[in-house]
Amino acid sequence: MMYRCVTQRNYSLDCAGERALQERQRQHMARGLPKQKPIAGVKEVIVVASGKGGVGKSTTAVNLALGLMANDQSKSVGLLDADVYGPSVPKLMNLKGNPELTDKNLMRPLVNFGIPCMSMGFLVEEVAPIVWRGLMVMSAIEKLVRQVDWGNLDYLVIDMPPGTGDVQLSITQNIPIAGAVIVSTPQDIALLDARRGAEMFRKVNVPVLGLVQNMSVFQCPKCNHQTHIFGLDGAKELAQTLGVEMLGDIPLHLNIRETSDKGQPVVVSSPDSPEAEAYRRVAAAVVRRLAEHLR
Amino acid sequence: MQQNKRKLNKGNLHQVKHVVLVLSGKGGVGKSTITTELALALIHAGKKVGILDVDLCGPSIPRMLRVGKPEVHQCDAGWVPVYADPQQQLAIMSIGFLLEDSDEAVIWRGPKKTALIGQFVSDVAWGELDVLLVDTPPGTSDEHLAVLENLRKHRVDGAVLVTTPQAVSTGDVRREITFCKKTAVKILGIVENMSGFVCPHCSECSNIFSKGGGEELAKLTGSVFLGSVPLDPLLAASLEEGQDFLQAFPDSSTYTAISQIANTLLSSLDA
Repeated sequence: MMYRCVTQRNYSLDCAGERALQERQRQHMARGLPKQKPIAGVKEVIVVASGKGGVGKSTTAVNLALGLMANDQSKSVGLLDADVYGPSVPKLMNLKGNPELTDKNLMRPLVNFGIPCMSMGFLVEEVAPIVWRGLMVMSAIEKLVRQVDWGNLDYLVIDMPPGTGDVQLSITQNIPIAGAVIVSTPQDIALLDARRGAEMFRKVNVPVLGLVQNMSVFQCPKCNHQTHIFGLDGAKELAQTLGVEMLGDIPLHLNIRETSDKGQPVVVSSPDSPEAEAYRRVAAAVVRRLAEHLR
Repeated sequence: MQQNKRKLNKGNLHQVKHVVLVLSGKGGVGKSTITTELALALIHAGKKVGILDVDLCGPSIPRMLRVGKPEVHQCDAGWVPVYADPQQQLAIMSIGFLLEDSDEAVIWRGPKKTALIGQFVSDVAWGELDVLLVDTPPGTSDEHLAVLENLRKHRVDGAVLVTTPQAVSTGDVRREITFCKKTAVKILGIVENMSGFVCPHCSECSNIFSKGGGEELAKLTGSVFLGSVPLDPLLAASLEEGQDFLQAFPDSSTYTAISQIANTLLSSLDA
């Protein structure tokens, strides 16, 4: 067998040439992209993303939405579950059932704890897998965004799926987004993907409001010994490297998982707990960052 | 010459005895972790193993096995996999090896992903392998369909499903089980990961992510329950460093759990 070395770059460009090429590519791409259209009635859209799966995006999105309302009762907040393949919002918000249609043929979001929600989970059976390729997913996202009677909302929190693929592209290309909250655990393996997530938002010009370090530390209920199961402060270091703010630090607490499984998010079921307080602090930081960015 | 080339290209999977998908549906339950640990357990049992990492957006395998950023070479039969050890017992292919910059985000739509996965399946010269483990991303999308379609010409022994015990995870894994049934992929078993945390200080067991959800799911769906793996900070730390956890901590309960799962898996493959 003959082995041939194949490296990624078979040619070398000088710096100036490369910059010119990138500029040409950027202009070319800018021409072809779909126009962003705001969602009727929604003032600001906040996406909760990560890149890595299972770091707590949905849990954070749900408690962030509730936190935003808890901090300011006059604000109206909605929640869109864009995770088409693994919709967690129905479980976390204790909502079930097919949405009704309004006269204008728009889907009426299901409401719990004062938050109107829309999710693929309301449109399919609980055990049915969504085995869809990218194109169908794009069309579904379009429906979940535009064909819903959101009413007037101050904030729409969008719970993104893991990864950096079709859903992320469809949403960021079609809707103007006020900012992105990136969730990660302290583990390097999660941070690697969170970095890619941040890079993706930079490429599509979505401002990153900051990082949330989730599952930061576990306190043994018996002896109070603290264990950093997933590592120590990794997300804080990443925030520094990326030049973004730390929006908050959420501990790993049984209460969060227990209340989530019951569909009674911790911000409403245990509002005085330190975990709920942590989420409310994240919500306050998000509002502050949004205001900073507008200026 | 042309005929010879076609013969070679016909069977890149020809000498691979077993192909096992590691699926979940839910993100972050430990698919890559379980894939890595199963691979290491099988190697310690004397098997030749390959890992195909088709998580294009979040390739974790290169980091977990500390293979760094090697160059990927080509031969007549296609790409040469990267070997994690000098004895060439563990072969790996991942998009992580093809990226210029490890922070680079792969923001691709479906068709592009499908094309690359097609290449990963048919154009990697795996050679002789006892088991090829396929680490997948969460969900049931282009990557999963691409892998199944391309493996159709060969044979998929089945899938190992990984879940954590909590309801949001088992809910997604139920969908994945339905996916397997619809695509005629045999479910080799369910692994319940992050099942209970033992405080290193006082040994009190806390069910941070609940407990028993995976076992219940197996009963509910009539699948084999392969075993539970506890939430072990030492395992997490080993993976961060790309260390062989099984060699470093052979006395831990996690080691026992993983070895048992690997043995059960091997028996069902050889049966």
